[in-house]
Amino acid sequence: MMVDAQIIPFEDDEARNRRRLSSVDATPARDLPQAQPGTPTAGAVAEWLDFLRRRVTGDYTVDEFGYDADLTDHVLLASLRPLYQEWFRVDVRGIENIPSEGGALIVANHSGTVALDSLMTQLAVHDHHSAHRHLRMLGANLVFSTPFLGEVARKAGHTLACNADSDRLLDAGELVAVWPEGFKGVGKKFSERYKLQRFGRGGFIASALKAQVPIIPVSIVGAEETYPMLANFTPLARLFNLPYFPITPTFPLLGPVGMVPLPSKWIIEFGEPIPTDHYPVGSADDALLVFNLADDVRDTIQQSLYRLLTERQSVWR
Amino acid sequence: MSRVVVVTGVSRHLGSRMARILSRDASIERVIGVDVVPPREDIGGAEFFRADIRNPVISKVLTATGADTVVHMGVISTPVQAGGRSTMKEINVIGSMQLLAACQRVGTITKFVMKSSSTVYGSGPKDPALFTEDTEPRHPPTSGWAKDSVDVEGYVRAFSRRRPDVCVTTLRFANFLGPKAATPMADYFALPVIPTVLGHDARLQFIYEDDGLEVIRLAALGEHPGVFNVAGDDFLMLSQATRQAGKATVPVFEPLMATVGSWVKRAGFADFTADQIRYLTYGRGLDTTRLKEKFGFTPRYTTPEAFAEFLRVRELPYSLPGERLESLERNIAHALGSATKSEAAEQMAGG
Repeated sequence: MMVDAQIIPFEDDEARNRRRLSSVDATPARDLPQAQPGTPTAGAVAEWLDFLRRRVTGDYTVDEFGYDADLTDHVLLASLRPLYQEWFRVDVRGIENIPSEGGALIVANHSGTVALDSLMTQLAVHDHHSAHRHLRMLGANLVFSTPFLGEVARKAGHTLACNADSDRLLDAGELVAVWPEGFKGVGKKFSERYKLQRFGRGGFIASALKAQVPIIPVSIVGAEETYPMLANFTPLARLFNLPYFPITPTFPLLGPVGMVPLPSKWIIEFGEPIPTDHYPVGSADDALLVFNLADDVRDTIQQSLYRLLTERQSVWR
Repeated sequence: MSRVVVVTGVSRHLGSRMARILSRDASIERVIGVDVVPPREDIGGAEFFRADIRNPVISKVLTATGADTVVHMGVISTPVQAGGRSTMKEINVIGSMQLLAACQRVGTITKFVMKSSSTVYGSGPKDPALFTEDTEPRHPPTSGWAKDSVDVEGYVRAFSRRRPDVCVTTLRFANFLGPKAATPMADYFALPVIPTVLGHDARLQFIYEDDGLEVIRLAALGEHPGVFNVAGDDFLMLSQATRQAGKATVPVFEPLMATVGSWVKRAGFADFTADQIRYLTYGRGLDTTRLKEKFGFTPRYTTPEAFAEFLRVRELPYSLPGERLESLERNIAHALGSATKSEAAEQMAGG
């Protein structure tokens, strides 16, 4: 059974469809794990060999944002799953609030010094939603100018937080996610935990209004405790051109060991969608409406954060 | 209407092919090819005039032939072709200025087609995924071919203001790929070992030569005023392209890339300007909606197809043939008693 459990993450949609198709042929033995010849192990090996050959020969496609679905499914998401399942034991709520198709804008609180919350949200949506949707996140330009981080971010389907890109993604019916607090949220001190910072300039709200897609407020509990930032060492931040340089109880004191996140218990709650399609066309240019909506979204997230915190038994369980 | 089309830059591959294509067109009476040196390739029924666009003689050619359309392809993207960067800049910038000055004076001119480049957008981390023709560059180019293109486009805009009666079409091409065209990316992929930027992977777009020339032909024959992005659909990542080409790569730490670039340049292999390095770091995407709507033309080769065709016609040596890997994969799978994915798909289709 262990073997079976290992296969699942490596399968892509095509393989899943194929299995579904072949299992229809093979009814009533619907739940037999493999309809193709060979043992499950051999199937997984063949799957991996096929993947490796595609990588080595460049036989895959990327979209205009550089999103590499093949790599994301087989490597990027699979490598995050242990952290998601075993370490943070993420509890996902309200996943049905995300539509199965069409554009939608996910707005979440940002925290934890290292932006693990965005990665865990991506995995939560992909693994728990019935349509296995891919989250397309909007990130700061620092993400894309940083070596390796920028490369991986693009391949995982994320792009620069700018109106042109969010409009384009929402128009294409993608599920877009923003963390409007930005560095102010992710880089805040532990004493400020679960206090939402100022939302940026509200560009994301204007984008949602323009595309007339629902806004889904998301509250993430647990990320704040992964790397409790006690202080920000500004001289080093300035030296490395970073927005902040964190001092946590374990970093840089314990060196690389200090980079291991604390195993806090996470809750990701997807809230009730806020519709935007009843506003007249051109509302995106109504600055006051944009600010009010941004405030509404921010309030909703802050209130559900407080509620979730009272429901949580402890930081670790 | 009698049509006399002047094509500049006919001594080089793209220019001479363009002259040849236009001379076959029945609606065009005369095609005049202009350059400093005679064309090395056949220019078909086009006539060759030896003239340097960098001096005022060009206006005499325009007046004497009664030209009504100018297709300006006399811009050079790599200094190796021009015999040095300063000559290249002179041909690109001063040449275009002189040509535009002549066109402004000659009343018979009704159409001007500029072969420009998408390098005018620059590249960097603050770029949107796709540039439309109206997107303001976030990282304007500072040197080389890209800067020349920005300058030349500025002169073309000024010309268009002074002669509002002329239909001016500016075509911003993605990198040309083809059997012969010497372009920065073609030179780059011909390197024996390809230096890439460590920790970055650029999004690339290409236009295949035949498609690019077709767009220029449509612009010369039709009425399409304005600026247009021209690129094949879809994208390739730089890493993906080098893998498809079966090339070995050397990842270079970004701050050292300029030094490595200057070695490659000194060895005479390829041009590595600061802007080229930024392009190889961040890549660039073009939105070609306007081209498809206004020209009613979609490039026949997508970016991956253009690159595959480029690899085929240039016969760049592979180091890792895909078929061999596929058969290797099949052998291992058979040994394990399982079907590969492609075989399973075949069985599905067959049954």
